[in-house]
Amino acid sequence: MNSVLKLVAQRIALGLLLLLAVSILIFFGIEALPGDAAQAMLGQSATPEALANLRHQMGLDQPELPRYFHWLGGLLTGDLGKSLTNGEDIAAAIGNRLGNTLFLAFWAAIFAVPLAILLGLLAARHAGKWQDKLISGVTLATISLPEFVAGYLVMYFLAVYWRVFPSMAMIFPGMSLWTKLNTIALPVIVLVMVVLAHMMRMTRAAILNVMQSAYIETAELKGLGPLAVVWRHAFPNAIAPVVNVVMLNLAYLVVGVVVVEVVFVYPGMGQFLVDHVAKRDLPVVQACGMIFAAVYIGLNILADVISILANPRLRHPK
Amino acid sequence: MSNELKYLAEQTAKGRMSRREFVGRTSALGVSAALAGAMLGSAARAEEPVKGGKLSAGMQGGESTNTLDPALAASEVPFAVNMTWGETLVEVNEKGELSMRLAEEVSSSPDATQWKFKIRQGVTFHNGATMTAEDVVATLKRHTDEKSQSGALGIVQGIADMKAEGDMVTLTLTSGNADLPFLMADYHLIIQPGGGVDNPAAGIGTGPYSVTENQPGVRHGFTRYAGYWDPSIGHADEVEILVINDNTARTAALQSGQIHMMNRVDPKIVELLKGVPGISIHSAAGRGHYVFIMHCDKEPFANNDLRMALKYAIKRQEMVDKILGGYGSIGNDFPINAAYPLFDDTIPQREYDAAKAAEYYKKSGHDGSPIVLQVAAGAFPGAIEAAQLFQQSAQAAGIPLEIKREPDDGYWSNVWNVAPFCASYWGGRPVQDQMYSTAYLSTADWNDTKFYDKHFDEVLIAARAELDQTKRKAMYSELAHILRDTGGVIVPMFNDWVEAVSDKVGGWFADPNGELMDGKALVKCWLKA
Repeated sequence: MNSVLKLVAQRIALGLLLLLAVSILIFFGIEALPGDAAQAMLGQSATPEALANLRHQMGLDQPELPRYFHWLGGLLTGDLGKSLTNGEDIAAAIGNRLGNTLFLAFWAAIFAVPLAILLGLLAARHAGKWQDKLISGVTLATISLPEFVAGYLVMYFLAVYWRVFPSMAMIFPGMSLWTKLNTIALPVIVLVMVVLAHMMRMTRAAILNVMQSAYIETAELKGLGPLAVVWRHAFPNAIAPVVNVVMLNLAYLVVGVVVVEVVFVYPGMGQFLVDHVAKRDLPVVQACGMIFAAVYIGLNILADVISILANPRLRHPK
Repeated sequence: MSNELKYLAEQTAKGRMSRREFVGRTSALGVSAALAGAMLGSAARAEEPVKGGKLSAGMQGGESTNTLDPALAASEVPFAVNMTWGETLVEVNEKGELSMRLAEEVSSSPDATQWKFKIRQGVTFHNGATMTAEDVVATLKRHTDEKSQSGALGIVQGIADMKAEGDMVTLTLTSGNADLPFLMADYHLIIQPGGGVDNPAAGIGTGPYSVTENQPGVRHGFTRYAGYWDPSIGHADEVEILVINDNTARTAALQSGQIHMMNRVDPKIVELLKGVPGISIHSAAGRGHYVFIMHCDKEPFANNDLRMALKYAIKRQEMVDKILGGYGSIGNDFPINAAYPLFDDTIPQREYDAAKAAEYYKKSGHDGSPIVLQVAAGAFPGAIEAAQLFQQSAQAAGIPLEIKREPDDGYWSNVWNVAPFCASYWGGRPVQDQMYSTAYLSTADWNDTKFYDKHFDEVLIAARAELDQTKRKAMYSELAHILRDTGGVIVPMFNDWVEAVSDKVGGWFADPNGELMDGKALVKCWLKA
């Protein structure tokens, strides 16, 4: 078990190092963008004098390196600073939006992951038959629809035509959990449609791959039912690739759903980030970038760790 | 009244039918115009305000970066939000007249250099404090400070001295300005306790609603302020503004009943929405306009013959029809239309004339190299398509117009006011002087056509202090002529505000001053029982 702990610690350390590298990329990458917050804020009324004043006020006239370390220091102590455009505390503003994003991602995942795996198992069990083709066909069709088209479609039918769910997924503090769930129904449906196929296909492929092994034949020969074979012998050995693709999709649900947010007016991180990029509100953009990077790296570490734990060969390296 | 007549009158009162259409259709039923007018009045009056309920507006034009600081309001949502919790000294009503809000009376010295505002007594801020003349002066002072980055800096700059005595605020100007009270209706100049110096974004004002939730770019919630001074407005118990930037999402929200009104109906879907039960489309002819601007100090646009060639080479009516879906009116190459007071409607309308355009083009001696028009989709809605129409009509006159597409991102800092020929837009201003002073005075920061004309400046300054309305109108007419014939601005069209409103909403009327009844739809409308 010690070696496992060591492995996990190694992964986490590597992840942190990666995060540091990302922070350098984000900071200097954004600095390299043309224009700055002062210019974006003044917009039409930017006179050279006003620009210089505002830049000084925002500390944008300082050299880059000290600003980077100052920013990194703040990041480590949890102080993300204040937004340049509206003076709000970034940590508080992001906290709210991040909470919303995670809420939506969580509920989408709750439906999508078990459904995808179940459908994958079913498809593998009936590989090549009509059930398999139906499942694959439908899920591939839903993934092929651009998100906004899927969004408008479900909006038209479920919100405007039949009026089952509200068209806007605007949640705010003070709503009961049930109201919130009802409100986010449409984006959850769309997100499930988008991520389902990927995970389903991977589950199906991994299971089919394992099913050709000798030990599956043994299990069949000793008289186990087909579902039991899949569940007890095939699935544990297929976990590693499935977990990887599940984590990738979870990461996508957190960082990549800006289109769905816009269509359903969901107050998540995506729209928040886009607004602040347009206004060159660098501290906010940098903070969002770091959070997204951390989510991606964190989920990938988790996937690695689960794969290692699920695979005895990786658990006991020679 | 026959059922059909009654139906027609109601439809018109709801804004589904124009007045002219109503009179036309009733005369088909054998009713005289006078009787039809009287019936219309009774249908409109029949609606009594209903108290209570929650009124929601879905709006485009809000970002997560918005703030409640009135000095920084620049887009539609912050504007409407501020109009809900805050008030100005005066407002400009739908007829273009001044009506009193936090000021009770306005008077001036004969030369219009000194203005006195009598401040309304017994008005309280949402924090319970009484609004005083000192608060008014502190507010105006804050906007004169460059650090406040106020959008009203240009307005308050001309005030040399401000004084508060008792309930009287006295403003002394550097030079006479007959329009000063209109300028005080500017949406940045919301009176805040202590001028809002300590916390400009506190969102505390004297308006009918106090802020309960402020989530920029998402939702702004308000509840009725019990101590509000004017019982004639502020009917709903709660109001909210939801930021819905996506056109389809906004429309769907209205159709599914989640909001009661929306701004910016896409001209492409107006006809479709008209057929939806429970929704009415309202349009108001505003002062906002779309422009193509040429720098009068840069080649080849320094040559007025070339500018004239381009002005004759644009099909205005076609743009109104195709870009605005008919919801607008044609421009005449100066930034003023009939929605402004003292507008001179005798100025001849410039039409598309390929022969004249070709003649001016030849006279300009341009070498035939492409004339580059820089444009981004965000310059105004439909800007790319408008530029393409312009290109086609110019080509027909033999003018080699070339379109260069620019990204939206950074357009206002990198292209507008920098490139010699580009697309842009202007929201209107309440009075002519403000529009001309903002963008066409030689010394204006926003002189985006680089128009330097001494005589123009002199007439503009003189008109400002002129209290004789007839003389003033003549002066503004002269300014319009100068710009139309020598200026760098091409004004193909004035855009209407096109809005969609649920039939559950009562009290709606058209207001040319701004979107959603100049930002006050939530304050002035009510939810029908």
